[in-house]
Order: sequence, then structure tokens, then C-alpha cells
Amino acid sequence: MGDFPAVRLHVVSGKGGTGKTTVAAALALALAHGGRRVLLVEVEERQGIAQLFDTPPLPYQERKVAVAPGGGDVYALAVDTEEALLDYLHMFYKLSPNGLPARTLRRIGAIDFATTIAPGVRDVLLTGKIKEAVTRKDGTRPWYDAVVVDAPPTGRIGRFLNISHEVGGLAKVGPLKAQSDSVMKVLSSKQTAVHLVTLLEEMPVQETRDAVEELTALGLPVGGVVVNMVRSSQLTPAQLRSVEDGTAPQEDVAAGLAAQGLEPGLGTALLAQAADHAERVTLEEQGRDVLAHLGRPTYELPLLSEVDLGALYELAQMLRDQGAA
Amino acid sequence: MRTHELPKAASRVDLEKVLDTAEIIVCCGSGGVGKTTTAAALALRAAERGRRTAVLTIDPARRLAQAMGLDELDNTPRPVAGVDGALDAMMLDMKRTFDEIVLAHAEPAKAEQILANPFYQALSSSFAGTQEYMAMEKLGQLHATGDYDLVVVDTPPTRSALDFLDAPERLTTFLDGRLVKVLLAPAKAGGKAYLRVMSAGFSVFTNAITRIIGASVLQDLSQFVAAMETMFGGFRERAQTTYDLLKRPTTAFVVVAAPERDALREASYFVERLEKEQMPLAGVVLNRVHRSAAPSLTAERALAAAEQLDAGSLTAGLLRVHAERLSLVQREAHLKERFTGAHPDVSLIEVEALAGDVHDLEGLRRVGADLVA
Repeated sequence: MGDFPAVRLHVVSGKGGTGKTTVAAALALALAHGGRRVLLVEVEERQGIAQLFDTPPLPYQERKVAVAPGGGDVYALAVDTEEALLDYLHMFYKLSPNGLPARTLRRIGAIDFATTIAPGVRDVLLTGKIKEAVTRKDGTRPWYDAVVVDAPPTGRIGRFLNISHEVGGLAKVGPLKAQSDSVMKVLSSKQTAVHLVTLLEEMPVQETRDAVEELTALGLPVGGVVVNMVRSSQLTPAQLRSVEDGTAPQEDVAAGLAAQGLEPGLGTALLAQAADHAERVTLEEQGRDVLAHLGRPTYELPLLSEVDLGALYELAQMLRDQGAA
Repeated sequence: MRTHELPKAASRVDLEKVLDTAEIIVCCGSGGVGKTTTAAALALRAAERGRRTAVLTIDPARRLAQAMGLDELDNTPRPVAGVDGALDAMMLDMKRTFDEIVLAHAEPAKAEQILANPFYQALSSSFAGTQEYMAMEKLGQLHATGDYDLVVVDTPPTRSALDFLDAPERLTTFLDGRLVKVLLAPAKAGGKAYLRVMSAGFSVFTNAITRIIGASVLQDLSQFVAAMETMFGGFRERAQTTYDLLKRPTTAFVVVAAPERDALREASYFVERLEKEQMPLAGVVLNRVHRSAAPSLTAERALAAAEQLDAGSLTAGLLRVHAERLSLVQREAHLKERFTGAHPDVSLIEVEALAGDVHDLEGLRRVGADLVA
């Protein structure tokens, strides 16, 4: 099923402004299709998922936010670093969040230190929580069929996922090291794919290319490339060329406009506007070429005027149709 | 070509005047909205209006470098060639900036110890947040040299871009907190400080922390804090100085956004945050605003006419392209109205969308002209 049958952890990154939260949500819906249970995780404390699904801000708790066609469930979780640390202390050290040691840690500022100041700890906690969700069991089968992460942007994705490097410098042995190793094992396994969301614009395309290179060098599995907000042109390639190089027949346009009772003089303005459009289409084609050379499965999603819940279902269906899920 | 005029914000900022008088301009905003380009365009325009200007970017992608035609930006401001004026550009090397502070403020032997500590190395090169602090440190340094009339700073594309505003308070809470004393305790074992914190919950704490992070990590951390202790006072003072510098009326914050829902939501966050801190906000730059060349022809009329024409004809295509453009213009106008409705006193400065990215000075000049138009 889909291009990533072995993958259970889908990490979605992309340059800022490319719509990675929307794509992550649509992918979660697509993966849940047909009665599967999927968790959508947010790590940047922006509450983007709650806004997309039109629900109140998410607590640090897995909560059902949508039902996929065919009966699957999408749960969502906004990971809060401090809660994740208390959770971690509870899980591994049986320290109750309200017990004396946890309270002492909080009072003296150790929790704050660990989650905001101590290097790398934050990412270990976030990825640790993700790993826990991926490996959680419901009897003998996995609790979640898939986990989708709305991850940090491409500029920081390598650092976010390559936690063993961050922690490695600090702890050569010991529990922190053991934890980061076990997380890293999942992140770099065949169970994981890092998908990159891009637009057909120069900078996002360039950053996608850089991210593929960086992730590959780090031994992290790159998944697919999702080209978001694609606009199709109303003009044929030949028309675009004629508009761009100024050979378009102005008289014909003026006559066409006049025939419809429109001001023939508008033709000049419309042609100028279309030339701008044609330039953009040319740049988009160049972007497509660059992406094609990355050799990753590529999916395209159209530009939508409003991303509401209905639109998410549409995008999910498109991802399924193209084999992303 | 300016179309679809909106009710302008109550007081429209004169950016040209800001460029002529401000000593510091801080650009903040979410990713992908053209923040670096805006910073570079503002700096270039100021330089070409006769001010000695430096532009500091901390974005790891070398966008500014490309726009400024520099192959490599390092931690030193370098003159930008081809500018009709004095413009220097630099990209922040946060580790180097941090190292320089350590070397300047600690005894040589202690500095060595700090630079070699694994905690310091991780903190100075990868801790999210260090970048923001170091950018403000570098900003303070550049401003203090007196070499520049204006320093323009680009910030990281995250909400944490404004974390530096918390730096003085956070450092104070942390440094005066018990955690530091606890961490210093092993280094001062036997001393009075140790005995004081020994009391409530301390053994529980050390046991817990040793189990969690391991004894050797705790030892490194303790050594790190001990070595840094001598510098802490200096850090706090510097953070406070920068905070005060940013608050002065000669500083201008520019929030950069694009007419998209998410970008405007982030812009609202930045605006509210700056207002809360009473930081001098100049206005919001709205990049990538679309305009139409034929605003008088409505989308409905254009589509109706296209229907009547031969579907494959150029004229029908042009009319459809026009209808698409107009609906985009309207959607953007709606988003802008919502933003101005929520922030009626904030100036909105619009910059027209370009088909391609800006990679040369000429492009930056055009953006600069649009910014003050």
C-alpha cells in the first residue's frame, strides 16, 4: 500500500511557508484511510494542528481529531518539552510528576534548565516521545499503524533528528546516551521516512536539495518530495512562449476583447500581466527539473484558496491517488 | 499599478525616515516570507542614502550571501562591492562569537577550560537560542564600534527569534536560582554553599539527576557551571545592555510577513510580543503582495467573456489568467483587512510579488524602492 509500505514513522519537513503542517495533516488522514490508527505529532508549540482541524488547542495528550474515510482515526498530540520531561522521568524513573523529586527539580529550576538551556535535551525529549509512540504496542501489534510528525523546518531538520550527535558530545555513556541511541536506531531505520515539502520557487527547491544531501549524509532515510500549492496555467506552452518573448499577436487580442464588448486597450495590460505569469511558469518548470533530479518519489498538491477541513480530505485523497499513502 | 487600495492603517510609517535616522533595525518574521531580502534591501537603501550601514544575517541558508553577491560570509563585516555608499555584510558565526566573549571575559586558563568543556561546545554550537543571544551580542558589538550609523539585523525564522527579549530575565532567574548553586556544590564541596543546599531534597535531587543523566555528565556540567561562574555577572550585564539598546527610540523593529494566513498569524504574534515589551515597532512589511494590471475588469466579467471566446484562444487564456490574478488579489486583500482590523495602529508596508527571487543588488534596489514608495 503506497510507496512506503514499510514506513511507520513519517517525518514531514520543509522550508518555512511551504505548508508542511497542512501536508503532514493530509498525510495523516491519507494513512488512516480504511480503518487504520494514525498519530499526528506537533513539536514546535505552535498549535498549527488544532487550527487546521478547527479544534481547541491541543493538550499534551493524544486526542482524536478526525475520522478518515473508511473508518480510520487520526489522533493528534502537541508535544510540550516540559511535560515530555516529566513524562520521561515518570516512565523511566518512576518519579511521579507531583512527587518530591520532581517538585524539587522544578523548584530549583532544573526542569526549566533541562528543557530550555541544556543543549540537545529538548530534541532528545521530543524525538524520544515520538519514538515511544512509534514503538508502543497494543498487545502484539503496534498501537499506531503510523505516526506523522510535523517536524521543524529544513534548516533545522538535520540537527533535530541527529540527536545522537548532539548528545554524543555530552554523554559518552549513561542513561542519556542509551536513550538517544535507542531513538536514533528508530529514526535511521527502514521504519522511518523524512518527507520534504516544497514549493516550485527557487529557495524552497534549493533548500529541498540541500536537505536531501544533508539527511543522506547523516544516514537518515529520505522519503518523498511533496510539491505544494501547484498552480496550473490557463495558457498553452506555445502561448506562454509568445507572451514571454513579446511575439503574441496584440491585434488579435484587441479584436477578441472588442468582440466581447470589452475595451480593446485592456489587451496591453492583460499581456503584461500574462508575461509576469509566464516568467513564473518558466521558473516553476526549472524547479521541477531540479526536483526530478533528486530521484525521490514526487507528489503534487494544488494551491487551494482556503485550507479547511474539507480541503484536508481532498489533499489526503490526492496523496493516496498519487501513491504517497 | 497599485490597485485595490485598502483603508490605510491609522499612521503610515515613513520607512525612508526610519532608514535615515534609526541606529538599529531588527527584522523578524516567520520563514519563507522574504525576511532576509527585506533586511538586505533596507540596508542597501540606507547605505545608498549616505549612511554607513552593516547588515547582519544569522540565517544558516546563505540567502543574503547570494543576494549580496558574496561567496562567503564570515563573522566579520565585509564590504559589499557595487554599492554606491558604504555597506558591510556579515553572517553570524555563533560559536565564534561565543568563544570571543569567553576569551574576552575569562582568565586565559579558565577560558581554555571552558572552551574545552563538552557542555560549552554543545551550548555554543547547537543550542537553539544561542543563535538569538549571539546575534544580539554581535549587534551590540557592531553598534558599539561606532563604525556604523545603522546596523540592520535579520533574525532566525522562528518564534524563538524574540527569545532574546527574555534573556536578561531568564539569565537572572537561572543564575540566582538554586540550580546553579547545586551544580556548583560539588566544585565547592565542603564549603558553606554546599551545606546550605544540602538540606531539603538535595540528596533526592542528586540521586535523581545522577540516575537520569549519569555521573560523568553531572561532573562535566558542574565543572562547566563553575568555570562559567566568573563570567555570569558579565553575561547578565550584557544582556541587560542589549535589551535597553533595543528599547531605545533609535531602534526600529520591522515585522516581515506575506499575505498568507500562517505568515500573518505569526506576524500578529510578533507584533503583540513587541507591544508587550514596549519595543519600538516601525511597522509590518507585507512582501509578495499581488497586484493586477487591469483592476477595472472584474473576474466575473473576464470569465464570462472567456466563455464566449474560442476556449483555446490566446484572448480567452489571458482573460482566465486575469480572473485568477484578481481572485488572488482579493484573497490577499481580505487577509490584510483582517490583520489591520486586529492591529489598527500598525503600519502595513506592501511590496509587490516578483516572479523570481532577488539575487542581485539591482533586485534589492527595486525592493528597497518599493518599501518606501
